[in-house]
Amino acid sequence: MNHGATVALAVGQTALLAVVAPYLVGVTRAVRARLEGRGGGRLRQPWRDLRKLLRKQPTSPPDASLFFVAAPPVLLATSLIVAGAGPFVAATSVFASADLIVVVGLLLLGTVALALAGLDTGTAFGGMGASREMIIAALVEPTLLLSAFALSVRVGSTDLSTIVAAGVSEPSRVFTPASALAAIALAIATLAETSRIPVDNPSTHLELTMVHEAMVLEYSGRDLALVEWAAALRLTILLGLLANLFLPFGVATSLAPLPLLIGALVFVLKLVVLAAALGAGEVFAAKLRLFRVPELLAGSFVLSLLAVLAAFILAGPVTP
Amino acid sequence: MNAVGQALAVAAGLAAAAAVCAMVVGRRGRAIAVGGLTALAGAAGTVGGVRGALGQAWSADLPQAVPLVGLRFGIDPLSGWFLAIVGAVTVVAGVYTIGYAGRDGRGMGSRTALFLLPLFCAAMMLVPLASSVPSLLVGWELMAVTSLLLVLTEHKHDPAVRGAATWYAVLTQAGFVALLVGTLWLSSAAGGSDFAHLRVAGPTLGGGTTGVVFLLLVFGFAGKAGAVPLHPWLPRAHAESPSNVSALMSAAMVKLGIYGLLRFGFDLLGGGRTWWWLVVAALGALSALYGITQAAVARDLKRMLAFSTSENIGLILLGIGFAGLFAEAGKPVAGALAMIAALLHAANHAAFKALLFTGAGSVVRATGTRDLDRLGGLVRRMPATTALFAVGALAAAALPPGNGFVSEWLLLQAMLHPGPDAGTLLTIAAPLGVAVVAATAGIGVMTYVKAVGTGLLAKPRSSQAAGAVESPPSMLTGMALATLACAALAVLPTFVTPALARATGVLGLAGDPLGTDAGAVALSVRGAQVMLYPLWMLVAVAGGTVVVALVARAFGRARRRAARAWDCGDGPLTARMEYTATSFAEPLQRVFDDVLAPERDVDVSHARESAYHVQALTYRQRIPDRVENRLYGPLVAGLRAVGERARGLANGSLHRYLGYLLAALLAVLVAGVWG
Repeated sequence: MNHGATVALAVGQTALLAVVAPYLVGVTRAVRARLEGRGGGRLRQPWRDLRKLLRKQPTSPPDASLFFVAAPPVLLATSLIVAGAGPFVAATSVFASADLIVVVGLLLLGTVALALAGLDTGTAFGGMGASREMIIAALVEPTLLLSAFALSVRVGSTDLSTIVAAGVSEPSRVFTPASALAAIALAIATLAETSRIPVDNPSTHLELTMVHEAMVLEYSGRDLALVEWAAALRLTILLGLLANLFLPFGVATSLAPLPLLIGALVFVLKLVVLAAALGAGEVFAAKLRLFRVPELLAGSFVLSLLAVLAAFILAGPVTP
Repeated sequence: MNAVGQALAVAAGLAAAAAVCAMVVGRRGRAIAVGGLTALAGAAGTVGGVRGALGQAWSADLPQAVPLVGLRFGIDPLSGWFLAIVGAVTVVAGVYTIGYAGRDGRGMGSRTALFLLPLFCAAMMLVPLASSVPSLLVGWELMAVTSLLLVLTEHKHDPAVRGAATWYAVLTQAGFVALLVGTLWLSSAAGGSDFAHLRVAGPTLGGGTTGVVFLLLVFGFAGKAGAVPLHPWLPRAHAESPSNVSALMSAAMVKLGIYGLLRFGFDLLGGGRTWWWLVVAALGALSALYGITQAAVARDLKRMLAFSTSENIGLILLGIGFAGLFAEAGKPVAGALAMIAALLHAANHAAFKALLFTGAGSVVRATGTRDLDRLGGLVRRMPATTALFAVGALAAAALPPGNGFVSEWLLLQAMLHPGPDAGTLLTIAAPLGVAVVAATAGIGVMTYVKAVGTGLLAKPRSSQAAGAVESPPSMLTGMALATLACAALAVLPTFVTPALARATGVLGLAGDPLGTDAGAVALSVRGAQVMLYPLWMLVAVAGGTVVVALVARAFGRARRRAARAWDCGDGPLTARMEYTATSFAEPLQRVFDDVLAPERDVDVSHARESAYHVQALTYRQRIPDRVENRLYGPLVAGLRAVGERARGLANGSLHRYLGYLLAALLAVLVAGVWG
């Protein structure tokens, strides 16, 4: 295991996630459309939208400053870094930089950049979206941290690769009843963080109910393409983490070509299943009132806290 | 006299020269002379502190300075660390003062204020150097009095300043009394007041004595540090004092409360019992959560920063509490790691809070208001201030790649480090600690998005904000120096970790928790497979952003077009339609309604013709400090009642007063005979 191979893996993984992400959104939409009895668009439609938007000229509102211009690249860059560093295709312990706290911090940095951009536009919608997005992020971030901590307690490391690798090699050591609590909490956090039903509705443009869409209302053209792509990427990242933390089978633990190929295929398969489940779930759920959302998020926070407590209490002595 | 002694002598001389200059130089050159000399004194103090933190020893004995007891000063790595923090903040504040005090000779530029400023800085440098109880108390009281007078600087313009100063005076003096009783009790029980003597005798004392002494010291030191529930002075004094003084108080002075707690709790009393550190950790958790919740809903920029100080002190206390708990539970590596996290966070907080308070000072100076709901639009009018403030906000929000993130990362690693076999108490306390840090960080991010987003960006919300102009170069230089400190701590924390390891060694926590295998660019923790690459994180985020922006530009048309913002077709949008800080925080306030208990007041006046027609509607909301109302309200009322009663004792009769005198004399004589 050398540095060159690690870097190549990171670049390859980033490319894989960046390419797959818009398709994943396509899968979610297609499943939803089919279940609702509609024809729906093709799987490639999100990619086509991105290509169209990328070619268009971006616009800035008159009061916006550099914060508005910088936010989409910051958002996409942080998402790409996480996509490259996370334990998605392979979990090798050389790669001890996919620290869980760093990953949560980087995702939050992207959210903050976009929220500041929303406020920077000087419009009521931008501020409204930013305010709502930040309150959700403020309540989700602790849940994300805690639910992943529930697993890290058993492994003795907050490095996501190490946690996933331990899950592959000794599932019985990592998975306890506590993991189920953590999985539920992380799933709720994922829905909130990626602006899905029941927290937010990605397809709404009704001004008073939207959260994420209100914040990015002023973006157009290239900027909007970056924002949309990053949103798809963040969905992929969080679904990927959910999949690999709690169902780590198939993840490559070495840098040999065959395991990596299998790892990539299994990972994409898991993503597609989760995205389809997400789309199917959205058919049967309605969006919550905004002020009921904190109750849901507080519930998931408590679940994750219980998961960590249970992980500490149920665990025997850790073997190093 | 070695290099440390020389540096400290130079610092003392420069501070004295600055005080003299304040008296003799005319109002035009006064701020330049005093600010410059104070900054140089701070630089000399920093040099001494850094040398001390790296292990150079120095001591001075002044037996004649105070009758009977004398004064003793000395330096060890722990005092060196805190001296370096105080010195560095003094440099920032000194440079900033040059422009901030101005040339008109009023307010901060007055003779009194500029005379007190170097004295305050010098007193803060004396506290960590003290190596006997009397020297500590002298430095402590000098620091309290000079800072109190500096808080009062603008009392002629604003009556609220007097209220703030009263709160500060009462609480700081109550803390001083607690310290006086605690330290004197300890000295008499140990039979000496030198730290060298206490260090030997302290740990051998009975648990009852040291327990009570520890509680008294916690009251005094944590009160100075601004921990909830001893905090009511803090949001008032930090908000009402001149901003360079706020920066000094928040970045440097409150850290000395932490220093005192460490010096006595770990060093002189030898670590103590588990319950001591449980008290400290609980105090920290309460401060962190309550402080950040109040900061998130505060409208006043400086009050928000002050509550955020309570929050950060809470995180530091949490680290200290866990360090003690881990040490008692036989987990020295985790204990040392938690202590290193707390000490590093003290430095990080000093760096970004000095930056934020000076930034807030520039905003207040340019606009004349601290009300976030009346600010905004400064990004165009004060671009440099906005950029520097934003860097500080990034650090304070504990987001990567800021410096606050590094210490919070270490704190979380420390809490997870011992694993599940650390005993029942830690099995419950560690996850709760993690939850507190995580919840605090989440709300903290929202708080600083509010500060930057509504305070500095978008349209100006008032005519004052619209007429703001950029600050003079000296103020920007002061802020830039603080920004540099933030950046250095953010990307190369490994440069200070050897000093931190020495300081934790002084505290009896020689776990040596940080691995050295990763070189200078990575922090790794011994016994846990984790690494943090702060420098690469910055490079990745900054480089990634630039690459993404350039690649995206390469597609399609490069030129950006200005376009009307979406106004529902009914423009133009005015500043009145923007989200304000209050509206931004409103959802959070709803979530924490039961904790914050805001007072709302809606007045509806009807048209004279019909009650169905509303003529005017006014909505007022105030978020009171509930801890203050519930805890201090009854206390103040009780004291007032006692005072009213006591009036009956003094009815103006001379005979009665003579009777009191006689009774007092007899009581003293009887006590003397008895004793």
